[in-house]
Amino acid sequence: MKKRFQSITNKIWTFSAVGLLLVLWQAVCSLGLVDSFMLPSPVQVIKALIAEAPALAEHCTVTLSEAGAGLFCGVATGFIIAVIMDRFEPLYKAFYPIIVLTQTVPTVAIAPLLVLWFGYEMMPKIILITLTTFFPIAVGLLDGFRSTDPDSVNLLRAMGAGNGQVFFHIKLPASLPRFFSGLKISASYAVVGAVIAEWLGGFGGLGVYMTRVRKAYAFDKMFAVIILISVISLILMKLVDFLHKKSTPWERSQKE
Amino acid sequence: MTVLEVNGVSKSFSEEVIIKDASLKLCQGEIVALLGVSGSGKTTLFNIIAGLSTPDSGEVLLGGENIVGIPGKVSYMLQKDLLLPHKSILDNVALPLIIRGEKKEAARDKARAFFPEFGLEGTEKKYPFQISGGMKQRAALLRTYLFSERVALLDEPFSALDMLTKASVHEWYLDIMEKIKLSTLFITHDIDEAVLLSDRIYILTGKPASVTKEIVINTPKPRSGDFRLTEEFIRYKKEIISHLA
Repeated sequence: MKKRFQSITNKIWTFSAVGLLLVLWQAVCSLGLVDSFMLPSPVQVIKALIAEAPALAEHCTVTLSEAGAGLFCGVATGFIIAVIMDRFEPLYKAFYPIIVLTQTVPTVAIAPLLVLWFGYEMMPKIILITLTTFFPIAVGLLDGFRSTDPDSVNLLRAMGAGNGQVFFHIKLPASLPRFFSGLKISASYAVVGAVIAEWLGGFGGLGVYMTRVRKAYAFDKMFAVIILISVISLILMKLVDFLHKKSTPWERSQKE
Repeated sequence: MTVLEVNGVSKSFSEEVIIKDASLKLCQGEIVALLGVSGSGKTTLFNIIAGLSTPDSGEVLLGGENIVGIPGKVSYMLQKDLLLPHKSILDNVALPLIIRGEKKEAARDKARAFFPEFGLEGTEKKYPFQISGGMKQRAALLRTYLFSERVALLDEPFSALDMLTKASVHEWYLDIMEKIKLSTLFITHDIDEAVLLSDRIYILTGKPASVTKEIVINTPKPRSGDFRLTEEFIRYKKEIISHLA
């Protein structure tokens, strides 16, 4: 009960801060301190959001399906890489630095290349998202696998367990918390990655919509789509949190 | 009848000889303690018996069959209770059966049947962190028993418990052993514990370690905690201390 009360009071602070910022923003616009075509007021943004809802919903579907497919491939790739690298030490030593290196290449730099190679369809977008999302998953799982308690592994070995059984009974469950921390990051990367890929060419999606309204100097719509993207990312992260709690009941109850 | 026999086992790690020519045997239903100071190679000897490590020379016979380097034959309980935090108590206990290849539900049913006898009713669905240290120890022992009814190796099974819990777990342990008759070899550095629980005691001394003394505790079972206060108990204790010194 006390805890619940605390979380409500914590949220009150956050909401007040957000509210205050919105009021300030509205005031700046209403008082004419900034030209309204340069910076639309919050009310204008919300109006745009409502007026454009059908179009946004359509573009949103495109972006979400790209993000979903890319995230799925990213998770699968990350998982396979982590399992193989954990199993074969030389591969870990050989490829870990290269994997880290792939993350230093900026997404916006390789996106045009991917478009040139694979065209304007889904393919380059999914590849780009896979490239950005596999990393947090692979690193999270690898750290999890490598940090399992050697005594537990010994116990299972004494029971006559093989590598596969050690993996499923100890390594995998022990690394679930780290996997979900990685997934949370990857999920938000996936949406942002999809939007960036769409900027560079495509037939639909929030990124394409964004490019269009930017060229039309429709800043109210621009803000509307930005808000939509962050809301989507937030919902996805919450969803991952929910899955995390559901699949690791022993963790949740430990904290209570 | 001898169930487990260790003959002339030696083991060295990087030039240093840890165990030299250690021999011991364990009979059906017997509880035997392996007593020695810390770092005397007891755990190394256990790892060899459990098949996790191979000796440089010597043999380990289980019912006459050589089990050197073959894990999964004798059950092994390590110093910590080592219940897996992400599994319920029932699934933890059923684990050795599942590892052996039994179906999940069948393994659970089999494990569940032992819960009342081990005083674990009601803990089936709980996670390890939700039960007390004494309960964890019981669950770990039940898991060890399901792992193999033939021979159990317990490496300092009660060392992590506080004094009061330890006393009650000892009583419970003597009681349950009367029922399940599990042939047990256990490591301890607690002389009281060794005298109270076992039928025989092997003392491991020297560097490299070897079995230098065998003491038979003739006091009939069941023994109660009061046994600690008898003159007989003190006499055994004196004998052990004089040998260790």
